Amino acid sequence: MNDPVLRTRGLAKVYRADGVAAEAIRGVDIEVGAGEFVAIMGPSGSGKSTLLHVLGGLEPATRGEIWLRGQRVERLSTAAWAILRRRHVGFVFQSFNLLSNMTVADNVELPALLAGASPKQARKRREELLGELGLTAKAHAAPSRLSGGEQQRVALARALANEPSLLLADEPTGNLDSIGARDVLRLLQRTHDNGQAILLVSHDARVASRADRVIHLFDGMVADDAPVIRAPRPVRDVVGDVLELRG
Amino acid sequence: MRLHLLALLAKEPAHGYELKLALEQTFGEAYPSPNIGQIYVTLKRLEQDGLVCSEDVTQTDRPNKRVYELTPAGREVLDAWVAEPSEGPRVRDEFFIKLILVPMAGLADRMKLINSQRRHYLGIMRNLTALAATSETADPPARLLIEGAILHLQADLDWLERCQEELV
Repeated sequence: MNDPVLRTRGLAKVYRADGVAAEAIRGVDIEVGAGEFVAIMGPSGSGKSTLLHVLGGLEPATRGEIWLRGQRVERLSTAAWAILRRRHVGFVFQSFNLLSNMTVADNVELPALLAGASPKQARKRREELLGELGLTAKAHAAPSRLSGGEQQRVALARALANEPSLLLADEPTGNLDSIGARDVLRLLQRTHDNGQAILLVSHDARVASRADRVIHLFDGMVADDAPVIRAPRPVRDVVGDVLELRG
Repeated sequence: MRLHLLALLAKEPAHGYELKLALEQTFGEAYPSPNIGQIYVTLKRLEQDGLVCSEDVTQTDRPNKRVYELTPAGREVLDAWVAEPSEGPRVRDEFFIKLILVPMAGLADRMKLINSQRRHYLGIMRNLTALAATSETADPPARLLIEGAILHLQADLDWLERCQEELV
Protein backbone atom coordinates (compact mmCIF):
# COMPACT_ATOMS: atom_id res chain seq x y z
CA MET A 1 0.00 0.00 0.00
CA ASN A 2 1.13 3.56 -0.66
CA ASP A 3 1.64 5.81 2.30
CA PRO A 4 -1.65 5.43 4.16
CA VAL A 5 -3.72 8.56 4.59
CA LEU A 6 -4.61 7.37 8.08
CA ARG A 7 -2.99 4.87 10.41
CA THR A 8 -3.38 3.96 14.07
CA ARG A 9 -1.25 1.90 16.43
CA GLY A 10 -2.56 0.56 19.73
CA LEU A 11 -5.26 3.20 19.87
CA ALA A 12 -7.30 3.14 23.09
CA LYS A 13 -9.94 5.31 24.68
CA VAL A 14 -10.96 4.98 28.30
CA TYR A 15 -13.94 6.88 29.71
CA ARG A 16 -14.00 7.51 33.42
CA ALA A 17 -17.13 8.35 35.34
CA ASP A 18 -17.54 8.22 39.12
CA GLY A 19 -14.27 6.41 39.52
CA VAL A 20 -15.29 3.64 37.11
CA ALA A 21 -13.23 3.17 33.94
CA ALA A 22 -14.84 1.89 30.74
CA GLU A 23 -12.57 1.02 27.86
CA ALA A 24 -14.48 1.89 24.69
CA ILE A 25 -11.65 0.98 22.30
CA ARG A 26 -8.78 -1.23 23.33
CA GLY A 27 -5.75 -1.30 21.13
CA VAL A 28 -6.99 -0.66 17.59
CA ASP A 29 -4.57 -0.90 14.65
CA ILE A 30 -6.08 0.19 11.35
CA GLU A 31 -4.91 1.72 8.09
CA VAL A 32 -6.74 3.58 5.36
CA GLY A 33 -4.81 3.85 2.11
CA ALA A 34 -4.86 6.96 -0.07
CA GLY A 35 -8.13 6.88 -1.98
CA GLU A 36 -9.33 3.77 -0.19
CA PHE A 37 -12.95 3.32 0.93
CA VAL A 38 -13.19 1.51 4.26
CA ALA A 39 -16.33 0.76 6.27
CA ILE A 40 -16.48 0.02 9.98
CA MET A 41 -19.26 -2.24 11.18
CA GLY A 42 -20.02 -3.79 14.56
CA PRO A 43 -22.73 -4.09 17.20
CA SER A 44 -23.78 -1.02 19.16
CA GLY A 45 -21.36 -0.44 21.97
CA SER A 46 -18.48 -2.00 20.06
CA GLY A 47 -16.63 1.33 19.92
CA LYS A 48 -17.34 2.41 16.32
CA SER A 49 -18.41 5.98 17.02
CA THR A 50 -15.75 6.44 19.69
CA LEU A 51 -13.08 5.36 17.23
CA LEU A 52 -14.34 7.82 14.62
CA HIS A 53 -14.50 10.66 17.15
CA VAL A 54 -10.96 10.01 18.33
CA LEU A 55 -9.72 9.82 14.73
CA GLY A 56 -11.48 13.09 13.95
CA GLY A 57 -9.86 14.79 16.94
CA LEU A 58 -13.19 15.38 18.67
CA GLU A 59 -12.04 13.48 21.73
CA PRO A 60 -8.49 12.79 22.91
CA ALA A 61 -7.11 9.25 22.75
CA THR A 62 -6.07 7.67 26.04
CA ARG A 63 -3.21 5.66 24.50
CA GLY A 64 -1.78 4.89 21.12
CA GLU A 65 -0.82 6.70 17.94
CA ILE A 66 -2.73 8.37 15.11
CA TRP A 67 -0.93 9.20 11.90
CA LEU A 68 -2.56 11.45 9.31
CA ARG A 69 -0.80 11.68 5.96
CA GLY A 70 2.46 10.57 7.51
CA GLN A 71 2.27 12.98 10.41
CA ARG A 72 1.67 11.94 13.99
CA VAL A 73 -1.26 14.03 15.15
CA GLU A 74 -2.53 12.93 18.54
CA ARG A 75 0.22 14.90 20.25
CA LEU A 76 -0.34 18.09 18.30
CA SER A 77 -1.87 21.09 19.98
CA THR A 78 -5.62 21.40 19.57
CA ALA A 79 -5.12 24.33 17.19
CA ALA A 80 -2.52 22.59 15.05
CA TRP A 81 -4.69 19.54 14.65
CA ALA A 82 -7.71 21.69 13.85
CA ILE A 83 -5.81 23.30 11.00
CA LEU A 84 -4.69 19.94 9.64
CA ARG A 85 -8.26 18.66 9.83
CA ARG A 86 -9.68 21.71 8.12
CA ARG A 87 -7.39 21.09 5.18
CA HIS A 88 -7.52 17.34 4.86
CA VAL A 89 -10.44 15.81 6.73
CA GLY A 90 -14.21 16.10 6.25
CA PHE A 91 -16.46 14.91 9.05
CA VAL A 92 -20.13 13.92 9.00
CA PHE A 93 -21.58 13.59 12.49
CA GLN A 94 -24.50 11.43 13.44
CA SER A 95 -26.14 14.54 14.90
CA PHE A 96 -25.32 16.71 11.81
CA ASN A 97 -24.13 19.74 13.87
CA LEU A 98 -25.30 22.26 11.29
CA LEU A 99 -25.10 25.92 12.29
CA SER A 100 -28.69 26.92 12.92
CA ASN A 101 -28.30 30.66 12.37
CA MET A 102 -26.91 30.25 8.83
CA THR A 103 -28.59 29.09 5.64
CA VAL A 104 -27.93 25.67 4.15
CA ALA A 105 -25.78 27.31 1.47
CA ASP A 106 -23.66 29.17 4.03
CA ASN A 107 -23.21 26.00 6.08
CA VAL A 108 -21.81 24.20 3.04
CA GLU A 109 -19.62 27.10 1.89
CA LEU A 110 -18.13 27.87 5.28
CA PRO A 111 -15.44 25.14 5.41
CA ALA A 112 -14.13 26.08 1.98
CA LEU A 113 -14.00 29.77 2.93
CA LEU A 114 -12.21 28.95 6.19
CA ALA A 115 -9.67 26.94 4.23
CA GLY A 116 -8.96 29.91 1.97
CA ALA A 117 -11.13 29.29 -1.10
CA SER A 118 -12.48 32.38 -2.88
CA PRO A 119 -16.21 33.09 -2.41
CA LYS A 120 -16.74 32.26 -6.07
CA GLN A 121 -15.04 28.84 -5.77
CA ALA A 122 -16.91 28.09 -2.56
CA ARG A 123 -20.24 28.94 -4.19
CA LYS A 124 -19.54 26.82 -7.25
CA ARG A 125 -18.60 23.82 -5.16
CA ARG A 126 -21.69 24.29 -2.94
CA GLU A 127 -23.97 24.43 -5.99
CA GLU A 128 -22.48 21.20 -7.35
CA LEU A 129 -22.78 19.33 -4.07
CA LEU A 130 -26.33 20.45 -3.27
CA GLY A 131 -27.30 19.61 -6.85
CA GLU A 132 -25.96 16.07 -6.59
CA LEU A 133 -27.85 15.56 -3.36
CA GLY A 134 -31.14 16.94 -4.70
CA LEU A 135 -31.09 19.94 -2.34
CA THR A 136 -30.72 22.90 -4.70
CA ALA A 137 -34.17 24.18 -3.81
CA LYS A 138 -33.28 24.23 -0.11
CA ALA A 139 -30.08 26.28 -0.45
CA HIS A 140 -31.48 29.41 1.16
CA ALA A 141 -33.52 27.72 3.86
CA ALA A 142 -32.49 27.49 7.51
CA PRO A 143 -31.35 24.00 8.53
CA SER A 144 -34.19 23.80 11.06
CA ARG A 145 -36.72 23.91 8.21
CA LEU A 146 -35.29 20.71 6.70
CA SER A 147 -36.20 17.11 7.46
CA GLY A 148 -33.69 14.92 9.28
CA GLY A 149 -32.73 13.21 6.03
CA GLU A 150 -32.17 16.55 4.29
CA GLN A 151 -30.03 17.84 7.16
CA GLN A 152 -27.96 14.69 6.95
CA ARG A 153 -27.28 15.28 3.27
CA VAL A 154 -26.37 18.93 3.95
CA ALA A 155 -23.88 17.69 6.55
CA LEU A 156 -22.34 15.41 3.92
CA ALA A 157 -22.15 18.27 1.41
CA ARG A 158 -20.42 20.42 4.01
CA ALA A 159 -17.91 17.67 4.81
CA LEU A 160 -17.03 17.36 1.12
CA ALA A 161 -16.85 21.10 0.38
CA ASN A 162 -13.08 21.17 0.77
CA GLU A 163 -12.48 18.02 -1.26
CA PRO A 164 -10.79 16.46 1.78
CA SER A 165 -8.31 13.65 1.22
CA LEU A 166 -10.16 11.76 3.97
CA LEU A 167 -13.88 11.74 4.70
CA LEU A 168 -14.96 10.45 8.12
CA ALA A 169 -18.68 9.72 8.35
CA ASP A 170 -20.82 8.32 11.16
CA GLU A 171 -23.91 6.49 9.81
CA PRO A 172 -24.34 8.76 6.76
CA THR A 173 -27.57 7.03 5.68
CA GLY A 174 -29.00 6.61 9.17
CA ASN A 175 -32.01 8.90 8.67
CA LEU A 176 -32.63 8.41 4.97
CA ASP A 177 -35.36 6.79 2.93
CA SER A 178 -34.26 4.68 -0.01
CA ILE A 179 -34.09 7.62 -2.45
CA GLY A 180 -32.04 9.73 -0.05
CA ALA A 181 -29.76 6.78 0.66
CA ARG A 182 -29.29 6.25 -3.06
CA ASP A 183 -28.18 9.88 -3.54
CA VAL A 184 -25.73 9.58 -0.66
CA LEU A 185 -24.35 6.30 -2.00
CA ARG A 186 -23.82 7.87 -5.38
CA LEU A 187 -21.99 10.84 -3.95
CA LEU A 188 -19.80 8.57 -1.82
CA GLN A 189 -19.00 6.51 -4.91
CA ARG A 190 -18.08 9.66 -6.82
CA THR A 191 -15.94 10.84 -3.92
CA HIS A 192 -14.16 7.50 -3.95
CA ASP A 193 -13.75 7.59 -7.75
CA ASN A 194 -12.26 11.04 -7.31
CA GLY A 195 -9.40 9.49 -5.30
CA GLN A 196 -10.53 10.68 -1.87
CA ALA A 197 -10.35 8.20 1.00
CA ILE A 198 -13.48 7.38 3.01
CA LEU A 199 -13.75 5.87 6.46
CA LEU A 200 -17.32 5.45 7.56
CA VAL A 201 -19.27 3.75 10.28
CA SER A 202 -22.46 2.10 9.13
CA HIS A 203 -24.98 -0.51 10.16
CA ASP A 204 -26.38 -0.28 6.68
CA ALA A 205 -24.90 -3.11 4.62
CA ARG A 206 -25.91 -1.35 1.38
CA VAL A 207 -23.35 1.31 2.27
CA ALA A 208 -20.71 -0.93 3.85
CA SER A 209 -20.76 -3.37 0.93
CA ARG A 210 -19.72 -0.57 -1.46
CA ALA A 211 -16.44 -0.21 0.45
CA ASP A 212 -13.15 -1.73 -0.66
CA ARG A 213 -12.71 -3.18 2.79
CA VAL A 214 -14.82 -3.76 5.89
CA ILE A 215 -13.41 -3.63 9.41
CA HIS A 216 -15.54 -5.28 12.03
CA LEU A 217 -15.21 -3.98 15.57
CA PHE A 218 -16.23 -6.11 18.50
CA ASP A 219 -15.84 -5.19 22.13
CA GLY A 220 -13.51 -2.31 21.28
CA MET A 221 -11.15 -4.40 19.16
CA VAL A 222 -10.78 -5.28 15.50
CA ALA A 223 -12.45 -8.68 15.04
CA ASP A 224 -12.20 -8.79 11.26
CA ASP A 225 -10.61 -6.74 8.50
CA ALA A 226 -11.18 -7.99 4.97
CA PRO A 227 -11.85 -6.77 1.43
CA VAL A 228 -15.40 -6.95 0.10
CA ILE A 229 -15.32 -9.51 -2.65
CA ARG A 230 -18.10 -9.35 -5.14
CA ALA A 231 -19.10 -12.84 -6.14
CA PRO A 232 -18.85 -13.28 -9.94
CA ARG A 233 -22.49 -14.21 -10.49
CA PRO A 234 -24.75 -13.95 -13.49
CA VAL A 235 -27.26 -11.17 -12.91
CA ARG A 236 -30.17 -13.57 -12.69
CA ASP A 237 -28.71 -15.49 -9.77
CA VAL A 238 -28.22 -12.41 -7.63
CA VAL A 239 -31.71 -12.18 -6.14
CA GLY A 240 -31.98 -15.98 -6.06
CA ASP A 241 -29.01 -16.00 -3.65
CA VAL A 242 -31.35 -14.49 -1.06
CA LEU A 243 -34.96 -15.05 -2.07
CA GLU A 244 -36.76 -17.94 -3.61
CA LEU A 245 -40.17 -17.24 -5.12
CA ARG A 246 -42.46 -20.19 -4.65
CA GLY A 247 -46.00 -21.07 -5.64
CA MET B 1 -44.34 -22.96 -10.39
CA ARG B 2 -47.80 -24.52 -10.86
CA LEU B 3 -49.56 -21.60 -9.22
CA HIS B 4 -47.52 -19.03 -11.11
CA LEU B 5 -48.65 -20.54 -14.40
CA LEU B 6 -52.27 -20.86 -13.27
CA ALA B 7 -52.27 -17.19 -12.24
CA LEU B 8 -50.90 -16.13 -15.62
CA LEU B 9 -53.48 -18.27 -17.44
CA ALA B 10 -56.29 -16.70 -15.37
CA LYS B 11 -55.55 -13.51 -17.25
CA GLU B 12 -55.71 -15.07 -20.70
CA PRO B 13 -54.96 -18.34 -22.51
CA ALA B 14 -51.35 -18.64 -23.62
CA HIS B 15 -48.77 -21.06 -24.93
CA GLY B 16 -45.69 -22.16 -23.04
CA TYR B 17 -43.24 -19.70 -24.47
CA GLU B 18 -45.57 -16.76 -23.83
CA LEU B 19 -45.75 -17.80 -20.18
CA LYS B 20 -41.97 -17.85 -19.92
CA LEU B 21 -41.77 -14.37 -21.44
CA ALA B 22 -44.49 -13.05 -19.15
CA LEU B 23 -42.57 -14.23 -16.06
CA GLU B 24 -39.34 -12.70 -17.31
CA GLN B 25 -40.90 -9.40 -18.24
CA THR B 26 -42.74 -9.09 -14.94
CA PHE B 27 -39.97 -9.98 -12.52
CA GLY B 28 -37.07 -8.59 -14.49
CA GLU B 29 -33.72 -10.04 -15.39
CA ALA B 30 -32.79 -10.36 -11.74
CA TYR B 31 -34.89 -13.39 -11.08
CA PRO B 32 -34.03 -16.80 -12.53
CA SER B 33 -36.80 -17.59 -14.99
CA PRO B 34 -37.74 -21.24 -15.37
CA ASN B 35 -36.44 -22.94 -18.46
CA ILE B 36 -38.90 -23.70 -21.18
CA GLY B 37 -38.66 -27.46 -20.58
CA GLN B 38 -39.81 -27.04 -16.98
CA ILE B 39 -42.74 -24.95 -18.14
CA TYR B 40 -43.90 -27.58 -20.65
CA VAL B 41 -43.58 -30.38 -18.08
CA THR B 42 -45.56 -28.38 -15.52
CA LEU B 43 -48.27 -27.56 -18.07
CA LYS B 44 -48.60 -31.22 -18.99
CA ARG B 45 -49.03 -32.19 -15.33
CA LEU B 46 -51.57 -29.41 -14.77
CA GLU B 47 -53.51 -30.78 -17.72
CA GLN B 48 -53.39 -34.34 -16.34
CA ASP B 49 -54.79 -32.97 -13.07
CA GLY B 50 -57.61 -31.23 -14.97
CA LEU B 51 -56.56 -27.73 -13.93
CA VAL B 52 -55.87 -26.55 -17.49
CA CYS B 53 -56.92 -27.74 -20.92
CA SER B 54 -55.20 -27.18 -24.21
CA GLU B 55 -55.79 -27.10 -27.89
CA ASP B 56 -53.54 -27.05 -30.92
CA VAL B 57 -53.64 -23.84 -32.87
CA THR B 58 -52.62 -24.16 -36.48
CA GLN B 59 -49.99 -21.76 -37.69
CA THR B 60 -49.32 -21.42 -41.38
CA ASP B 61 -45.66 -20.42 -41.28
CA ARG B 62 -44.54 -22.35 -38.20
CA PRO B 63 -45.29 -25.62 -36.37
CA ASN B 64 -48.60 -25.64 -34.51
CA LYS B 65 -48.60 -24.27 -31.00
CA ARG B 66 -50.46 -25.63 -28.02
CA VAL B 67 -52.49 -22.99 -26.24
CA TYR B 68 -53.44 -23.59 -22.62
CA GLU B 69 -56.52 -22.35 -20.84
CA LEU B 70 -57.60 -22.42 -17.20
CA THR B 71 -60.43 -24.90 -16.37
CA PRO B 72 -63.08 -24.31 -13.65
CA ALA B 73 -61.13 -26.76 -11.43
CA GLY B 74 -57.97 -24.72 -12.04
CA ARG B 75 -59.85 -21.60 -11.12
CA GLU B 76 -60.90 -23.20 -7.81
CA VAL B 77 -57.29 -24.05 -6.95
CA LEU B 78 -56.28 -20.51 -7.75
CA ASP B 79 -59.12 -19.03 -5.66
CA ALA B 80 -58.02 -21.15 -2.71
CA TRP B 81 -54.46 -19.86 -3.15
CA VAL B 82 -55.69 -16.27 -3.20
CA ALA B 83 -57.85 -16.75 -0.10
CA GLU B 84 -55.09 -18.27 2.05
CA PRO B 85 -52.19 -16.37 3.56
CA SER B 86 -48.96 -17.70 2.08
CA GLU B 87 -47.29 -20.38 4.14
CA GLY B 88 -43.88 -20.23 5.78
CA PRO B 89 -41.14 -20.98 6.47
CA ARG B 90 -39.89 -18.38 4.04
CA VAL B 91 -36.24 -18.34 5.04
CA ARG B 92 -34.00 -21.36 4.83
CA ASP B 93 -30.90 -20.96 6.89
CA GLU B 94 -28.13 -23.46 7.04
CA PHE B 95 -25.59 -21.20 8.69
CA PHE B 96 -27.28 -21.02 12.09
CA ILE B 97 -27.14 -24.78 12.59
CA LYS B 98 -23.51 -24.76 11.53
CA LEU B 99 -22.77 -21.94 13.98
CA ILE B 100 -24.30 -23.83 16.87
CA LEU B 101 -23.26 -27.43 16.19
CA VAL B 102 -19.81 -27.16 14.63
CA PRO B 103 -18.12 -25.38 17.57
CA MET B 104 -19.67 -27.96 19.95
CA ALA B 105 -17.64 -30.59 18.13
CA GLY B 106 -14.57 -28.39 18.32
CA LEU B 107 -14.34 -28.17 14.53
CA ALA B 108 -14.15 -24.39 14.25
CA ASP B 109 -14.57 -21.34 16.44
CA ARG B 110 -17.61 -19.14 16.30
CA MET B 111 -15.83 -15.88 15.61
CA LYS B 112 -14.19 -17.38 12.56
CA LEU B 113 -17.49 -18.80 11.26
CA ILE B 114 -19.28 -15.49 11.78
CA ASN B 115 -16.53 -13.50 10.08
CA SER B 116 -16.48 -15.70 7.02
CA GLN B 117 -20.28 -15.68 6.78
CA ARG B 118 -20.37 -11.88 7.06
CA ARG B 119 -17.83 -11.56 4.27
CA HIS B 120 -20.00 -13.79 2.12
CA TYR B 121 -23.18 -11.77 2.83
CA LEU B 122 -21.39 -8.49 2.09
CA GLY B 123 -20.25 -9.86 -1.28
CA ILE B 124 -23.86 -10.72 -2.13
CA MET B 125 -25.03 -7.31 -0.91
CA ARG B 126 -22.53 -5.68 -3.20
CA ASN B 127 -24.00 -7.54 -6.15
CA LEU B 128 -27.51 -6.56 -5.11
CA THR B 129 -26.71 -2.87 -4.72
CA ALA B 130 -24.99 -2.87 -8.10
CA LEU B 131 -28.07 -4.49 -9.60
CA ALA B 132 -30.35 -2.00 -7.84
CA ALA B 133 -28.33 0.86 -9.35
CA THR B 134 -28.73 -0.48 -12.88
CA SER B 135 -32.43 -1.29 -12.34
CA GLU B 136 -33.60 2.17 -11.34
CA THR B 137 -35.71 2.49 -14.46
CA ALA B 138 -37.16 -1.04 -14.30
CA ASP B 139 -40.83 -1.68 -13.54
CA PRO B 140 -41.88 -1.69 -9.88
CA PRO B 141 -42.15 -5.52 -9.50
CA ALA B 142 -38.55 -6.02 -10.65
CA ARG B 143 -37.24 -3.20 -8.43
CA LEU B 144 -39.23 -4.37 -5.40
CA LEU B 145 -37.88 -7.86 -5.80
CA ILE B 146 -34.33 -6.55 -5.55
CA GLU B 147 -35.25 -4.33 -2.60
CA GLY B 148 -36.83 -7.34 -0.88
CA ALA B 149 -33.62 -9.32 -1.28
CA ILE B 150 -31.62 -6.39 0.13
CA LEU B 151 -33.89 -6.09 3.17
CA HIS B 152 -33.74 -9.82 3.87
CA LEU B 153 -29.98 -9.82 3.61
CA GLN B 154 -29.71 -6.85 5.97
CA ALA B 155 -31.80 -8.87 8.45
CA ASP B 156 -29.41 -11.81 8.03
CA LEU B 157 -26.48 -9.52 8.85
CA ASP B 158 -28.27 -8.08 11.88
CA TRP B 159 -29.01 -11.59 13.07
CA LEU B 160 -25.36 -12.52 12.62
CA GLU B 161 -24.42 -9.59 14.82
CA ARG B 162 -26.88 -10.71 17.52
CA CYS B 163 -25.38 -14.20 17.40
CA GLN B 164 -21.95 -12.68 17.83
CA GLU B 165 -23.07 -10.61 20.83
CA GLU B 166 -24.63 -13.58 22.59
CA LEU B 167 -22.38 -16.47 21.62
CA VAL B 168 -18.83 -15.19 21.23
